[in-house]
Amino acid sequence: MPETPGAAQGRTYFDKVWDDHVIADMGDNTFLLSMDRLFLHDLSGSAALIRLEQSGRGPALKNHVFAVIDHVVDTRPGHRYDSPRPGGTELMVSMRELCNKHGLNFFDVDDPRQGIVHVVAPEQGVALPGLTLVCGDSHTCTLGGVGALAFGIGSSECLHVLATQALPQIKPKNMRVTYSGALGKGVFPKDMVLALIGRIGANGGIGYAVEFAGPVIADMSVEGRLTICNMAIEFSAKYGFVPPDERTIEYVKGRPFSPKGADWDAAVAYWRAARTDANARFDREEAIDCNTLTPQVTWGTSPQLVVGVADKVPDPKQAADAGVSVLMKRALEYMKLNAGAQMTDVPIDGAFIGSCTNARISDLRLAAQVLKGRKVADGVTAICIPGSTEVKKQAEAEGLDRIISEAGFQWRESGCGYCAYIGGDEFLDKRVVTSTNRNFENRQGPKTRSHLASPATVAASAIRGRITDPREFLA
Amino acid sequence: MKLEQLERVTGIAAPFMRINIDTDQIAPTREHIRARSEGYGPGLFGEIRYRDPETREENPDFVLNKVPYRKAQILIADRNFGCGSSREGAPMHLRGFGFRAVVAPSFGGIFFNNCFRNGIAPVMLPEADVHTLARQVEEKGGHTQITVDVVASKLTGPDGKVYAFTLPAFGRRMLLEGIDEIEQTLTMTPEIDAYRQRDRAKRGWAWLG
Repeated sequence: MPETPGAAQGRTYFDKVWDDHVIADMGDNTFLLSMDRLFLHDLSGSAALIRLEQSGRGPALKNHVFAVIDHVVDTRPGHRYDSPRPGGTELMVSMRELCNKHGLNFFDVDDPRQGIVHVVAPEQGVALPGLTLVCGDSHTCTLGGVGALAFGIGSSECLHVLATQALPQIKPKNMRVTYSGALGKGVFPKDMVLALIGRIGANGGIGYAVEFAGPVIADMSVEGRLTICNMAIEFSAKYGFVPPDERTIEYVKGRPFSPKGADWDAAVAYWRAARTDANARFDREEAIDCNTLTPQVTWGTSPQLVVGVADKVPDPKQAADAGVSVLMKRALEYMKLNAGAQMTDVPIDGAFIGSCTNARISDLRLAAQVLKGRKVADGVTAICIPGSTEVKKQAEAEGLDRIISEAGFQWRESGCGYCAYIGGDEFLDKRVVTSTNRNFENRQGPKTRSHLASPATVAASAIRGRITDPREFLA
Repeated sequence: MKLEQLERVTGIAAPFMRINIDTDQIAPTREHIRARSEGYGPGLFGEIRYRDPETREENPDFVLNKVPYRKAQILIADRNFGCGSSREGAPMHLRGFGFRAVVAPSFGGIFFNNCFRNGIAPVMLPEADVHTLARQVEEKGGHTQITVDVVASKLTGPDGKVYAFTLPAFGRRMLLEGIDEIEQTLTMTPEIDAYRQRDRAKRGWAWLG
């Protein structure tokens, strides 16, 4: 896969990985792709397993199928076998039975490898550079952070992959987002991706596979890249990724399902050769100057409705077009905000740190840095749910749990928790500043008003009891 | 399992013109469990369609609660319809309500793929055309019909104007023939086996056992 000297046009990393997985060209830009890994979770994955059972078929390549319970599990300590969601316990039971029956790689609620599927996949070396990986979950694009060609699928497609370990897909176009400059104080990967979505819109990535590039990405930790790739789907790109570099290789080395010995050497050679050629052409290019970025927070009900924390709620009259204007008006109504209000004047009822976006160890360290020696404001319900059981243990080993809970956050067991509503009334009809990825209407619960932000902004806002610029608390 | 087929549909079209309608709106999380006993359809747009989703007290302002849209078979929607979550409940609720086609300028990619597996044609037309169709339907108070013809790849508007559209060949086949897509892939077993043999040689590191 090295660059071909004198070739008229280079290929992107995406094209190279895609081409290496094509079983057959089905015509009309659709290809039967080989799927290196399938990850199932207790919602869409259970559904696919039950349908597989009904069809009388079995998994095509069971060693390449992984499963974890994350969505419906109760995150309150001591409730690991329960679900706050009606019918949730049954989903966990059927997943347990069917995974064991078929001998799949299964991380049960009491397994030390349990956690949110997109946190667990890179942690365990299930997601690797250059692999195709699918899961019945739109945030599977997270795993592009380690250079995987990973994307979300529906549960029928999940069933297809279970039964065949292959999947017909339409080939997307190539897009590149280049982040230049340097990040200022209080500005994090979450802010970088929110700013991008604010600029290109929640529909800006439809039909594209998005490569994140530039010096800021090159200098960024793999965990930061996972955060950025996580939100590719929030601008409707099914795929977001950072081609592997030495940082990626260092990150995946030695993980339980990473290649070992001679396989490792072969993998590294493959990864080092798999770069976007200098003369590759992208169908669309976007550039963001990080020197101008400030901490971001969403004010509305689409991730594109985002402003700087220091800014004001925008006026729908200034919308780019009528569609956006209607979206903004409805968002103001749902969010109970007025145009022109200062974001830092908006009081909050809740604070949530969790999800596949921002609940890895670096996120918890950042939150603890802000929270250390401080207290959550009166009247604010604050909850922290580590992204995985391993993250939780690591945080406890570092004493972060003590800092976070002494500040007044509930310290929970790992799971998807309050990112999507599965039950629990903590945030019902409340205003919550949240480290998650979706501020949709009712996403975190009926009438819950969600403001997306970085873990630092969530922590700072929890302390002040209103939306707060994290730079006040960062040295 | 064979998929539900669709050759063409002529019927009432309901305009629901808001951009970025995510699948959490189409298939709200709390409707998922209820669909088991109630079936798919009643929960469609549950949080906006009802004043109280629990009692099913209707919101009279919502388009699908108005005559004649209660019997709509075609949804006219705005850009990025079906963005967000991969939940297949979204096309299932649409189908359960009675929809056979959604016409929009663009779709969320996962939702788009899920439509073909649930008897729904996701028809893309230029934004100006979609807005024209919505306006024409509204001008008649909904008392007009639209035809989506998958066989001919053509949509006929309320005024008889014909719009050509394109569906991806594989999705179109799923709708027209109702193929069992897994069976279809399994007919390619020789190609799959040949690929795997090549791939094990080239990328042995990617294989687990």
